[in-house]
Amino acid sequence: MQTKNTKTLYLIPYFTWIVLFVIAPIGLITYYSFFDLSGNFTFDNYRNFFSSVYLTLTLSSFWYAFLITLFSLIIAYPTAYWLTKTKHKQLWLLLIIIPSWINLLLKTYAFIGIFGLYGPINAFLNVFGIGEQQILFTDFSFIFVSVYIFIPFMILPIFNALDKLNPSLIDASRDLGASSWTTFSKVIFPLTVNGVKAGIQAVFIPSLSLFMITRLIAGNKVITLGTAIEQQFLVTQNWGMGSTIAVFLIIFMVIIMIITGQREKGATSNGKNK
Amino acid sequence: MEKTSKLSKFYLALVFIVLYTPIFYLIFYSFNSGGGMNNFESFTWEHYRAVFSDTRLLMILINTVIVALLSALLSTIIGVFGSIGIVFMRNKSIRNSILSLNNVLIVSPDVIIGASFLILFTMIGVKLGFASVLISHIAFSIPIVVLMVLPKLQEMNSSLIDAAADLGATRRDILTRVIIPFIKPGIFAGFFMALTYSLDDFAVTFFVTGNGFSTLSVEIYSMARAGITLTINALSGIIFIVTLILVVGYYFISQRGKNPVGMGVRK
Amino acid sequence: MKEIVRAVIAIIVVCILLFVANDFLNKSSGKAGSDTVTIFNWGEYIDPDLIAQFEKESGYRVVYETFDSNEAMMTKIEQGGTSYDIAVPSEYAIEKMKENDLLLPIDHSKIPNFKNIDPYFLDLSFDPKNKYSIPYFWGTVGIVFNPSLLDGQTFESWETLWDPSLKGQVLLVDSAREVIGMGLNSLGYSLNSTDESELQEASAKLKMLTPNVKAIIGDEVTQLMINEEAAVALTWSGQAADMMWENEELDYAVPEEGSNLWFDNMVIPKTAANLEGAHAFINFMLDAEVAAQNADYVGYSTPNIAATELMDEEVTSDERFYPSEEIRDNLEVYNNLGLKMLGKYNELFLEFKMGTN
Repeated sequence: MQTKNTKTLYLIPYFTWIVLFVIAPIGLITYYSFFDLSGNFTFDNYRNFFSSVYLTLTLSSFWYAFLITLFSLIIAYPTAYWLTKTKHKQLWLLLIIIPSWINLLLKTYAFIGIFGLYGPINAFLNVFGIGEQQILFTDFSFIFVSVYIFIPFMILPIFNALDKLNPSLIDASRDLGASSWTTFSKVIFPLTVNGVKAGIQAVFIPSLSLFMITRLIAGNKVITLGTAIEQQFLVTQNWGMGSTIAVFLIIFMVIIMIITGQREKGATSNGKNK
Repeated sequence: MEKTSKLSKFYLALVFIVLYTPIFYLIFYSFNSGGGMNNFESFTWEHYRAVFSDTRLLMILINTVIVALLSALLSTIIGVFGSIGIVFMRNKSIRNSILSLNNVLIVSPDVIIGASFLILFTMIGVKLGFASVLISHIAFSIPIVVLMVLPKLQEMNSSLIDAAADLGATRRDILTRVIIPFIKPGIFAGFFMALTYSLDDFAVTFFVTGNGFSTLSVEIYSMARAGITLTINALSGIIFIVTLILVVGYYFISQRGKNPVGMGVRK
Repeated sequence: MKEIVRAVIAIIVVCILLFVANDFLNKSSGKAGSDTVTIFNWGEYIDPDLIAQFEKESGYRVVYETFDSNEAMMTKIEQGGTSYDIAVPSEYAIEKMKENDLLLPIDHSKIPNFKNIDPYFLDLSFDPKNKYSIPYFWGTVGIVFNPSLLDGQTFESWETLWDPSLKGQVLLVDSAREVIGMGLNSLGYSLNSTDESELQEASAKLKMLTPNVKAIIGDEVTQLMINEEAAVALTWSGQAADMMWENEELDYAVPEEGSNLWFDNMVIPKTAANLEGAHAFINFMLDAEVAAQNADYVGYSTPNIAATELMDEEVTSDERFYPSEEIRDNLEVYNNLGLKMLGKYNELFLEFKMGTN
């Protein structure tokens, strides 16, 4: 039903973008990844990547990205669900987004103060006689702040998916005697699966290359591939090695897309059959 | 029908408290007559006065807002059309490859995006400054727009479009009367997340800016070595309050303007 | 659809209004269009009043841009695109910039105030005869500590950091040269060592520091020490001064085995378009009164001897920040070790960091 003409017309900006700002940079970093410090062609960077250091970094990046995504989802889903039930839901949703417009570095500094030994949290714990806890520079604070940063990216697509849910479907499910859990797992969740997937992608993919808060909040006790790339580019000035790590990050991302992509097709066709 | 239960109210309250705590913390210390974000000494407006007497900072703030709004707007337009194109692609493997390409900029660390855009701009000969920053922000915001719009498009029932076409709607009508209204929440989500991307970005902007053009993030990050002043806290406080007033004000004005039926579209 | 069109129009209107406002501010802030001097510096590293004063005295308009690391700054200068007339790199970056042909020689005849600088800080190994650079601020690397959280340790020796009673109390900077350098210094080696066995020894020694390390961080160290989150931190003297200004409990020491002496310097990058203006700016900053005012504002140690005479005696006689020549002789300036060796340092540092968890 679409002729070739109109299709290409409105797609021109998007594909220009892909060529100029995605394919060209990929070409550039792939090119750089084959050069060593003195500018000679080499495969050493790729060989180095398979040393234990980078494999450990890869594993830890994935592990933390997984945890961040998991906790974001666990917190975001009920938030989005209950937001759709509130009276001024669009306004509340905007209020979820507004904090993300305040500079990240400033908010991180605020977290350093809040989590600090003499910060409000520890003062609170002291009142209950628990005593001061070291919160900063732990896995907990790292994941907490990461989830804080990414949560709007999870809430928005889930909210949008839930918002259009036809309430009569839920009523029908209830009327047929389904328990709340069954209603949720058999009716609500499957219908929002596209939103959930978008949220997971919007959180998991950038989490892989997180770097700043690994230093500020985790005190470099968490090191990710993002940190390693930043170091290679800015400190060691070894653009070759930095590019190589980036190439692998992109490969990992594509693998994730392929895995989630196949399921996605199933979900769409299900949706269309209804 | 179903009233929001106590549990849900409590849960949402908790989420909002956590989201706003760091911001109130920042604003609280913007009134500190001491130098930093610790030991509240005494109340002062000094830092707010400093904001308004620093024209350079105000110009940077204006630049930041212009870049954020324009880049979010343009990336949303490009991203929406891009995702419509992607959804209607028949060939599944091409569609999946485009989706992977779409996400490359999300997974790439900012340093790499910044450095490669810088090389790109100097190669083509784009003058570094407002234009190069705007183009870069559009570029790295497009993927998040696509990610936010796609689920809505996938939900859309294709029989809806077929029905419209059967009724003699032109392609233009289908787009403006069927597709876009349906994916509107996705479009707004994409726009707002693009704003977030633009306002938060430091590394890419740093690399592609030049000739005196600067944004708030670049300014704040480069202050880190010698210490971020409370003027920045005060500025953030002002930004926060103004945004809040604008958003809440706009919401209620648009609410009043609409008849209840208009709002009823949400079902 | 209507709602979207309305939103688009609203955004465009807001942007136009902001453009107008920006233009208005730009005009009110002074002579747009006249000759400009573009300065590339660290954030908060100059008294803004001095920029205004320079604009008034010289008639140039100053465009001020900031960076947050030497390497990022070099990348920008190397790629060009902006005509930076002045940049303020650290000393090791100057060597690299010379190598890559990124600097223009300075015409000393245009800088009469050059005589104000303490000869001790001139003609150093990274830039013989100051052909390309003029010192701006200088300092040391040392240990800032909070005696109220310690039981009497002082840091005459790096060795004290390994004291088992400091478990989980030490903050380190996220910088390979400083941390590996400290390891080398503590063993009595040069912090410019390129000897494989010395480096391995230093790295092994650093591994034993792991239990004491609370975190490896960047500039946030200032806030953490002020808030008394940790008792000890390895840091630069400039930041130590900032911390001590906020928290009077804190003290600073440079261990006797030796440490790093660093400089930030004004240079004219090859991107410069206004050489006259660049020289005028350097000369202006070297003026005794200007340098004194700037040092007061920034809080770092100035190499300007004429300025120190105008400054508060209490500040300039503080041996912690204006150490005597005797102490200074014990300090080393970083040499440019070359990218390969730098890579080695970073690799050892990365291993160290991965061991801290």
